[in-house]
Amino acid sequence: MPAVRTVEAMMLGKLDWSAIPFDQPIPLIAGAVVLVGILGVLIWVVVKGHLPYLWHEWITSVDHKRIGVMYILLASVMLLRGGSDAIMMRIQQAVAFQSQGYLPPEHYNQIFSAHGTIMIFFVAMPFVIGLMNLIVPLQLGVRDVAFPTLNSVGFWLTATGALLVNLSLVIGEFARTGWLAFPPLSELSYSPGVGVDYYAWSLQISGIGTLVAGINLVTTVLKLRTKGMNYLRMPMFCWTTLASNLLIVAAFPILTATLAMLLLDRYLGFHFFTNEAGGNVMMFMNLIWAWGHPEVYILVLPAFGIFSEVVSTFSGKALFGYRSMVLATMAICVISFMVWLHHFFTMGAGPDVNAIFGIASMIIAIPTGVKIYNWLFTMYGGRIRFETPMLWSIGFMVTFIIGGLTGVLVAVPPADFMLHNSMFLVAHFHNVIIGGVLFGAFAGFEYWFPKAFGFRLDDRWGKLAFWFTFLGFYVTFVPLYVVGMLGMTRRMQHYDVAAWRPWMLVAAAGMAVLTIGVICQIMQLVVSIRNREALRDRTGDPWDGRSLEWATSSPPPVFNFAFNPDVRGEDAYWDMKARAQQQSLEHGGPEYQDIEMPRNSPTGFVCAFFATIMGFALIWHIWWMVILGGIGAFATFVVFAWRDHDEYVIPAEEVAAIDRVNLEERRSLVSMAGAV
Amino acid sequence: MNLLDPQGPVAAANSTILVDSVFIMLAIVVPTIFAILAFAFWFRASNPKAKFQPDFVYSGRVEMVVWAIPALTVILLGGVAWIGSHQLDPAAPVPGTGSPVRIQAVSLDWKWLFIYPDQRIATVNTLTVPAGAELNFQLTSSSVMNTFFIPQLGSMIYTMNGMVTKLNLRADNEGKLQGLSAHFSGDGFPDMMFDVNVISPLAFPDWVASTAKSDAVLNEESYKKLMQQGVEKGRPIYRLDDPRLFDLIATQHIPPGPGPELVSDAGRPHSGGHDAR
Repeated sequence: MPAVRTVEAMMLGKLDWSAIPFDQPIPLIAGAVVLVGILGVLIWVVVKGHLPYLWHEWITSVDHKRIGVMYILLASVMLLRGGSDAIMMRIQQAVAFQSQGYLPPEHYNQIFSAHGTIMIFFVAMPFVIGLMNLIVPLQLGVRDVAFPTLNSVGFWLTATGALLVNLSLVIGEFARTGWLAFPPLSELSYSPGVGVDYYAWSLQISGIGTLVAGINLVTTVLKLRTKGMNYLRMPMFCWTTLASNLLIVAAFPILTATLAMLLLDRYLGFHFFTNEAGGNVMMFMNLIWAWGHPEVYILVLPAFGIFSEVVSTFSGKALFGYRSMVLATMAICVISFMVWLHHFFTMGAGPDVNAIFGIASMIIAIPTGVKIYNWLFTMYGGRIRFETPMLWSIGFMVTFIIGGLTGVLVAVPPADFMLHNSMFLVAHFHNVIIGGVLFGAFAGFEYWFPKAFGFRLDDRWGKLAFWFTFLGFYVTFVPLYVVGMLGMTRRMQHYDVAAWRPWMLVAAAGMAVLTIGVICQIMQLVVSIRNREALRDRTGDPWDGRSLEWATSSPPPVFNFAFNPDVRGEDAYWDMKARAQQQSLEHGGPEYQDIEMPRNSPTGFVCAFFATIMGFALIWHIWWMVILGGIGAFATFVVFAWRDHDEYVIPAEEVAAIDRVNLEERRSLVSMAGAV
Repeated sequence: MNLLDPQGPVAAANSTILVDSVFIMLAIVVPTIFAILAFAFWFRASNPKAKFQPDFVYSGRVEMVVWAIPALTVILLGGVAWIGSHQLDPAAPVPGTGSPVRIQAVSLDWKWLFIYPDQRIATVNTLTVPAGAELNFQLTSSSVMNTFFIPQLGSMIYTMNGMVTKLNLRADNEGKLQGLSAHFSGDGFPDMMFDVNVISPLAFPDWVASTAKSDAVLNEESYKKLMQQGVEKGRPIYRLDDPRLFDLIATQHIPPGPGPELVSDAGRPHSGGHDAR
């Protein structure tokens, strides 16, 4: 009956039962496991009566520390998803020699696309943004970020994107185009399914979240520093945060515009990147990499900041060549915008263009090299303690140099003509993203975990996790360098070349070692939570730290600092400890005052709820639902904009009560440090 | 397919630059890695012999050196890149013996079509070339992007619909090589590997003559059949009907190849995937 079908199409768009992959056991089982997991957690939360706590203390929280923790939690869960994809890919390439392996191409192609998308947008990005959120206001000595509610909106929109990507596992399909969805393959004529739509709408929604987070952190660093915290006294992590978020603000709109054009092609028959009617794929390549290359530095700059903090703290020295490091950071920030063309030397642009972009790309290696040497000289003359964060940092320095070498190599156009898109390239960018960003994220996680939760992480499991990950990385990716030199290109679902086979088997074994590393990391968390009383950090300064986040208790009170710290030099807290003159420590009874803090707000969560509905409806062409979601999200914003009260007061007595507990613990420590 | 076993001048030059660049960088990278490990070990907190210098946080001399080392390296490598980019521009001529062979390559979903306009023949998934002659490639795509790459002959280049890219190569030694697409192009992408037969210049005319006897004719009609999505396991050969076929493809007089046939409107994971194989 055509009439019935029309009504169905109006109500459900493209959605019908065929969207559920009943014939494909792997995604169905994976989806079912995830669903059962989520349902289990939800039921447990409701039955145990934790729902009000979750709602008031986390979901609606606008506290930058809570939001930071939620970002990192999201990243960790997504790391497991992206990691599962990686395991499946490594197994497929290990077995698919002269055979189809166990994954048909339409499934394998989804997996590598999802792996890239998830690892960059929903692991690396939320992990570094989470750490920046958690730590930067503390290091700057302030009570919150510039726009607390916007911060919450940013997080929940990122979560929406992650949710949509994972929904594609069980309803419909994900893109089969690679993580950058190059047209014309991603255009409607060659990818008629909903996969590319899932990809594009997830990134559009989470992209808004990232942009919002970027604006927020830039404003925070520029406008909200405590007394005496001028630019050249900011900890290195704040500098790299500034650089990274300036890049977010400048680059993410390019991504949004590019994907918007692709979506216009797919939804409304435009011809930006189609083969027909004057569309041009070269424009997409340029635009996507004009975002994509800065993106690399958006990720790695905060990691550089983390290593700067860690190496300095565990060497017992201030960062060597601080001003040089600031200069290097900002140089990377600017130059990273001028090199995008090196991603497609093989397009056939002339030799002048290729050479200029090749040399520009190499120039980035100068400030990066300077950073390595400054960390090296920070260690020189230090007293190095090999705690877990320091292990990650040394592992990073060694690994990242090798990644830098291969990176400069592919910046030489004639060498890139052989290595472009090869497994060598895959090995290179994993070398810098795992060795740089992921090691940095783990170093930051180990380093700041006590600050966030008030207890240290178990040392033994942490070190095991490091060694397995470090070794696993090399066993997995050195073989990929080798097969790249043997002519293997990326994204091959199967192959017939015998010379590649042994290396793919070694890489699969390496993946197993990496997996053990991840298991150790999970074990570390479990063991540490169980032994949290023994690992408790009562002073707020477990590592003998140097910057202001260590000047408050662990976890910090909601207002961070009872008094706005007064900064008199670099390494503000070290300075205070050394001079033992922290004002509140000298005088017995400091004058506490009322503190105003932003109120919790469900705006972010509700907004993201409607955004999820809208995104899903857009993917499936369910237009009434699109309108509903759009109105809902806009109404949420209007209600928030018309609010009357957005702050509440913490009375001075309460501030005093909270602060005195920590002061007692800290006094002994400060007098000890003062004696040194 | 070993990149370090080049079979032509372009690949040889590419891999020389590759190896040279690695060694230039290793000269700095190895000592630096060694220094990292050595400093970390010597200045460990438990080593009483290491001198603790907490105030050693700036040194103009050290800064000068650490900016200079990477800068000098990059100046050196930048020179390599500049000269290399110009000498090894894919469109630059590669002189050879005898007359150059013109080859027009078209990437199809998911096979390679090689048209020899001067010889009026065409082959699918095999490229036969005479050793020692300059090979002038013109490349385009029937639908999505691909990259034409014969690892042991060097320099890869994109193929794009509605556009023509240029690449000049030379194969020096007779033998069998392999080529592939180095840009993901859909479900049949891994089956886009092709054979490269480098034969003696004397045997080449014979091969052309025997190919030209093929019953199959490549014209607009048979090309349109060929560009349907699918994997080609065989190695078809054709007599070329119209030597302007490549231009018709590149200028879109023959419209771009179709995508998958839709089974239903819904975004089923299988729509397009299953009928391809």
